Amino acid sequence: MSLRVNDLKVYYKTLKGEVKALDGVSFEVGDGEILGLAGESGCGKTTLAKSLIRMDGRMRHTGGTVELDGEELPIGDDRRMNAFRFHRVSLVPQYSMSALNPTRKIGKMVTELLRSRGVTPDAGKLRGRLDAVGLPHEVLDRYPIELSGGMKQRMVMVVSTLLDPSLLIADEITSALDVSTQKAVAGALAGFRDDGLVKSMIFVTHDLSLTYQIADTIMIMYAGRLAEKAPAKEIIEAPRHPYTRLLINSLPEVGVRYAERKLAGIAGSPPSLLNPPKGCRFRDRCPLAFGQCEQEPPVVEVAPNHSVACWKA
Amino acid sequence: MLKLDNVTKVYRVGAFGGKTLTAVGDVSFDVRPGEVVSLIGESGSGKSTIGKMILGLTPVTGGSITLDGAPVRPGKEYYRHVQGVFQDPFSSYNPVFKADRVFQMIRQAYYPEVRETDWAERVHATIRDVRLDPDQVLGRYPHQLSGGQLQRLLIARALLLDLKLLVADEITSMLDASTRIDVLNLLAELKERGLGVLYVTHDLSLGTYLAERTVVLRHGKVVEMGLTDKVFGNPLHPYTRQLLAAVPRLHAPWEDAEPVTDCLYHRGGASGGLSEAEEGHFVACARLDGCPE
Repeated sequence: MSLRVNDLKVYYKTLKGEVKALDGVSFEVGDGEILGLAGESGCGKTTLAKSLIRMDGRMRHTGGTVELDGEELPIGDDRRMNAFRFHRVSLVPQYSMSALNPTRKIGKMVTELLRSRGVTPDAGKLRGRLDAVGLPHEVLDRYPIELSGGMKQRMVMVVSTLLDPSLLIADEITSALDVSTQKAVAGALAGFRDDGLVKSMIFVTHDLSLTYQIADTIMIMYAGRLAEKAPAKEIIEAPRHPYTRLLINSLPEVGVRYAERKLAGIAGSPPSLLNPPKGCRFRDRCPLAFGQCEQEPPVVEVAPNHSVACWKA
Repeated sequence: MLKLDNVTKVYRVGAFGGKTLTAVGDVSFDVRPGEVVSLIGESGSGKSTIGKMILGLTPVTGGSITLDGAPVRPGKEYYRHVQGVFQDPFSSYNPVFKADRVFQMIRQAYYPEVRETDWAERVHATIRDVRLDPDQVLGRYPHQLSGGQLQRLLIARALLLDLKLLVADEITSMLDASTRIDVLNLLAELKERGLGVLYVTHDLSLGTYLAERTVVLRHGKVVEMGLTDKVFGNPLHPYTRQLLAAVPRLHAPWEDAEPVTDCLYHRGGASGGLSEAEEGHFVACARLDGCPE
């Protein structure tokens, strides 16, 4: 197992109290696995991605452990994490346009970045990586403003993986891109795994159909907890958690017409995480809710590699 | 109702405006009452520019846009009938004021004679029309409401007027999957009540869900348009096919787009004028009249 997260709790400190954005999440990512992380806004997926690499000032690591390749990640300790960042865990941020230094040519920026990490730049390796994502070598002599959105996103991917991290986190990297660029970027990302440049990957997105295209396993989160986790094909074809089902049913696909099949959204909105409700957090919006839902449903493995947190599953 | 005839928009670009960029070239289509037309294109295809020209936010360079026969004349009378809702609901509101101030502004500008109580009643009814609970949304600041709620309030604001056409420019791209569909269903209900909607999007699946007719744009030109079923059921232009192949779907893995052949489209991007391939289905592809491919 390359990544093992055990009962992780990350809270945000606010004036009103603690926002329990991530409240006891456990999962594993195997070697060579791409885990797709999906859910509505505010379900804790970005908090999870951030806490594995760098917590911002308001986040507090309140409990649980994270193990990468058998070694514990000191996620609550900003300084000690520095040794792991980019070497062992790396991130592809959502907005590549703001991740590149606009005043430097890209080649120079990469050299400076590597030096700051105490690594001697290897021009041959860098060119090889550019080829892998389909970028011409000339981009190194250009300024970020001269690249298109998809090219910038791929450039950032090359930079993030240059030190061969074990775990790569991709946070909503395609949401600002067009469909055809989106496909190229997602393909390049899967290529990193196929070529063994990164061992495992967490792919965060709100777009379930995109996750389905590249992930091996999909994990659905709801209100800071795990709702369901299963192999990609299984979770789309035979979802067990009512939230997953509603989420899949709310997706319009090419060919679905309002006049023929009316899709429905999920009524209500996710609960406030300042004082999350006891028991199942999806209870208020769930069409199947019954008495037992007032107790918290445990995460149960209903089939091999298929875990669900629901009493009715 | 709304009619675009050979609309062209040329922007001046470069340091001193020395160069020109044709953002929209020779686009013609119409929107009828009670109909959703989706305008699909990638970044730089000119889809938002068309929306802006219809709303009178930027003038046309050539061609004409008419509403019920009268040319676009931005002003109070025109905006009584044509309104727009845009992508980012959070930047559409002034964060200093409560969100329901947008309704007050409509009253001041268009209905100063309506009594306070009558107006409140009208606002409440319209808010219920967009499937919101007035008690939950009135008197709140924009940051206290969700993106879906804000977007629906903007639609409600437009509905208070004597609306004929709504230009919806990427209105769901910042919303969650579960709320996105609520906003789309709302547009469909409004359509059934006779409103014309121009739905601008880059997302093909959202476009097909609602629209009777679809216009696919590339580099400011229409490559394919017609009845949605025909355009997406039987895409004829290589660009439309490529777009469709790139859409991630559930239940079916990504297919590779058909191999790129050396046709006029791929060489220069320029394709001929629109020709009718079948009834209600227009394609700008030289292949139809004997492509040298």
